[in-house]
Parts: sequence; C-alpha cells; structure tokens
Amino acid sequence: MDYSKLLTPTVQEIKPSGIRKFFDLLDNVKDVIGLTVGQPDFLTPWHIRVAGIESLETGKCFYTANSGTPALREEIAEYLARRFSLTYDPADEIIVTVGGSEAIDLAIRALVCPGDEVIIPQPAFVCYGPLVSLAGGVPVYINTKEENAFKLTADELKAALSPKTKLVVLPYPNNPTGAIMTAEDLAPIADVLRGTDVAVLSDEIYAELTYGHKHTSIASLPGMRERTIVASGFSKTYAMTGWRLGYTAAPREITQQMLKIHQYAIMCASTTSQLAAIEALRAGDDDIAMMHDEYNRRRRYIVSGLRGLGIDCFDPEGAFYVFPNISRFGMTSEEFCSRLLNEQRVAIVPGTAFGDCGEGFARISYAYSVEHITAALDRIERFTRSLS
Amino acid sequence: MEEELLKLLEKNCRLTDEQISRMLGKEQGDLRCMMQKLEDDKVILAYKAIVDWDKVEHESVNALIELKITPQRDQGFDRVAKKIYNYPEVESLYLMSGGYDLCVQLRGKTMKEVAYFVARKLAVMDEVVSTATHFVLKKYKDTGVIFESATADERGNMA
Repeated sequence: MDYSKLLTPTVQEIKPSGIRKFFDLLDNVKDVIGLTVGQPDFLTPWHIRVAGIESLETGKCFYTANSGTPALREEIAEYLARRFSLTYDPADEIIVTVGGSEAIDLAIRALVCPGDEVIIPQPAFVCYGPLVSLAGGVPVYINTKEENAFKLTADELKAALSPKTKLVVLPYPNNPTGAIMTAEDLAPIADVLRGTDVAVLSDEIYAELTYGHKHTSIASLPGMRERTIVASGFSKTYAMTGWRLGYTAAPREITQQMLKIHQYAIMCASTTSQLAAIEALRAGDDDIAMMHDEYNRRRRYIVSGLRGLGIDCFDPEGAFYVFPNISRFGMTSEEFCSRLLNEQRVAIVPGTAFGDCGEGFARISYAYSVEHITAALDRIERFTRSLS
Repeated sequence: MEEELLKLLEKNCRLTDEQISRMLGKEQGDLRCMMQKLEDDKVILAYKAIVDWDKVEHESVNALIELKITPQRDQGFDRVAKKIYNYPEVESLYLMSGGYDLCVQLRGKTMKEVAYFVARKLAVMDEVVSTATHFVLKKYKDTGVIFESATADERGNMA
C-alpha cells in the first residue's frame, strides 16, 4: 500500500506539534523538573466535580441539543455579559464545543475558502496555521515583537492585509508570551478592520488570567461584534482541561453555519462535562479569583527570580507563561533548552515551537507550586553560571 | 496586602522572606515590618506544623467533649472557659450555639487518660451540668489539610 498516495497531501504536509517533539525528548531523561505544562496544576474545584458525578448518578447519559443544553448556553451568555460586557443570544449565538480547540476549528472551517488568507500573529499557540491549511487557506504570519510587548500593532496588521484576507486570529491573552491586548491596544486594530469584510477569531481561552488589566474582548468594541467569533472554554478558567469543554459566541448568521459542522462532526459535547460546567458558571467565581491570585503570586515570583539570574524577561500580563529572552547566551532556543535539559534536568519549551519568531526565547509555565519553581530556578542558575 | 500576606502564611508559613517578597512584589524590609506588626497585634498567633501522628509510633487519642454549663453571674462562660483551656491537654475550646455550650477538643495518650481527665477534671467542676464524650476514630482532614490521600499527581496534587 502506498500510503503517501492514500493520504491527502494537505495532511501529510502538516508538521506535528513542536511542543510534542520536545516532550518526546523528556522521556529519555530522568529526575526532570518540568516547567512545560500548558494546563493548570489545580484540580477542578470539588463542587464542579460533584456536579459531574451527580449527573452520572442520576443517569444523564444522553445526547444534548447539538449546540449544548439550553441551561448551559444561558449561563454562558450570562457569564459573558457579567464578566466582559458581551451580549449573545443563548438561543442561536452560542455553540458548546469539545474544548476551545473545536471552537477554533469551527470558526476557521466555516469562514475559510481555499486560497483565503488568514492572518496569525506569532508567537502563538500551535493550532491555528495547521487548521487553516486543512481548510485550504493560507496562513499569513505576523511576527510580533518583544519591544512592542508582543502585542499586535495596527501597522503590522495593515501591512499583512490583502484582498485575499478573510480572517484575523487574535490570540490574546497569549500563549506562549503572556502578552495581552488592552482596550487601548485593541482600538486601533478595530479601526483597521471596521468597514472591511475581514472577520476576527478572538481566542480568549485565557481571558480570566490577566494581571493588572481586566481582559477586554474585541467583540465589545464598536463595529466589531458583527465580524467577531469569540472562542473560549472552561479548561484554563476552571482548571477543567480534561473535561474538554469550550464554546463559540458569534452573530447568529455565523453560528448557524458553524453549527452544521459541529452537528455532523461532533453531534454534541459531553453531557457530563456540560452539566458540570453549569455548576462552574453558577458558583465558580470564587474559584476563578483564588486561582488567579495564586498564578499572580507565582508570576511575580518567577519573573523576579529569572531577572535575578540576569535573564531578560518581558513582563507577562496574562495566561500562565513567561517568555524570557535567552539570546544573550549565544545559542539557539532549541540548543539552550536541550542543554538545560541534559545538563541540569530542567525542561522548558523552545520559543521556536510557537513560530520561527520565537527564536531567542523560551516558554516557561508557572502552573506549578512555588517549591517546584524554586527548585527549577536553582538549577537554571547553575546552568547559566556554567555558561559564563 | 495584609490579607494577601496572611492567606499566604496560613497556607505555608515556611516560605522564606525572599520568596514572599517575590510573590507579593514587596520589599523584604516592608514585609518584615508588616509581619512583626501582625505578630505584635496578635493577628498572627503562632506558626505550627500539622502532623499526622498516626504515621509515627506515637500513641495518641483525640476526643471531642460536649459540655453543658451553668453560666455565672457577670462572667458568663469566660471564667469556666479559662479554667478549662489552661489544661495543656485541651487542644481547642469553642463556645457553641445549640444543644450544648462548650466544645472541648482533647488529646491524650490513651482512652483511659482522656476518660480520667473528663471524670476528674471536667465533670467535677461546679459549673458543668453534663458531659458527653466522643472519641475520634479517624482523622480525614484537619485545618484544611487532607490526611489520607489516594494519589498524588506529578505536580503533587492530591486527589
């Protein structure tokens, strides 16, 4: 069997995730202190887990409506209004998805025609480009810059726009840089897009994890709601990664079309997860605050720790990553990370896993206890000392 | 800031000044002053470890004793409470609403020792109307800490 002919060229050309590649290296080294994980270290709050357990005990084992249970959609609409001043009709403007990832996929597949260009600021989470390619679209990357705090600027956006541009991905708060886009940062972006036929996919999975500024959704800016698909989910906000639950919020014209893809490919998200998520939205605000404050303490701790070692570190204002600049050590990101792994058994992810412009940087997750971070910083110190 | 510091210490009082200073983004000197003041004002009363004594060879038995009390003129429950909490065997003492008045938590070496304490020290006090002693069979959680956990994940989470 000639598999290369059997499988589509598109899927064969897609590169496997660069984060995974680095994780595979880890398996061969013992006693590693990892700072690689992109998920909360908190357990899903107990009352939310109980809601999931009770749903099973009471036999809630059936499909829900394609777009999710009405009660959950209502809670999501209420939540978006309460926390981010967004207004969506739970009846036909919200789809409950299998994680934020499916939400992103739905938006891209519903909008992108073969040949359409999709603008993706980098460094960013790894899924956007490959999903655009699978839809036949062309990813157009913008390399955001450290001196701009890794924000997307209006000039960069203007320069990347072309008559073929269909969609702009806005991945803020950002994984891996920790950059955010404030209301002031978003206004000029909205000015560029207003009056065009370009849509926005706003990936707001880390919306609850900003430090100093409250998150602003671009959909809340004048003229933006009509063209924006908000993709978000429960994974980071409520420490529910394994429950695989997310959602889209978008104008009904877009939602109607995305729903068909979801209907045929997925049917509906897990019923157990949906019923637990209702509890999360109704009674989870304190959990959000508790985890947020804990991340913030760790964030301050690790940034000051890294700077204390003489490692330049841009001040991250969102998510749970720091993205230190390691270029002064005169190594590529990959070299730096694999030497750190082999010589001091600390695992961090090379910036290049998030796009070529991540060269010279590394992603460090602080979704770990302070004791764990302290032990890692000690080893990083030994490593950087050995270099000088 | 004070509240944040207290929450941090309540969870882990062994953090170093440097760690706390980094986590809260405050100068170590300022933090030390703040902690000193909290100690002087008796906001922070003690820094203690939570020990699972069952894990070491150390016989001990915990009991919870309900006391009904006749309150005294002008002094209410305070005088009798003081008489009771000054015994080192008494781990905690609460004035309760509901069916009884004082809740005494005791730790002794043996059941006999606890029984002796109740019979000879508590029950005989003039103000004590009645006692009901409950022995602890197993401690699942104390001061927010779960004692027996099934599993811990790679980042130390207990499930």
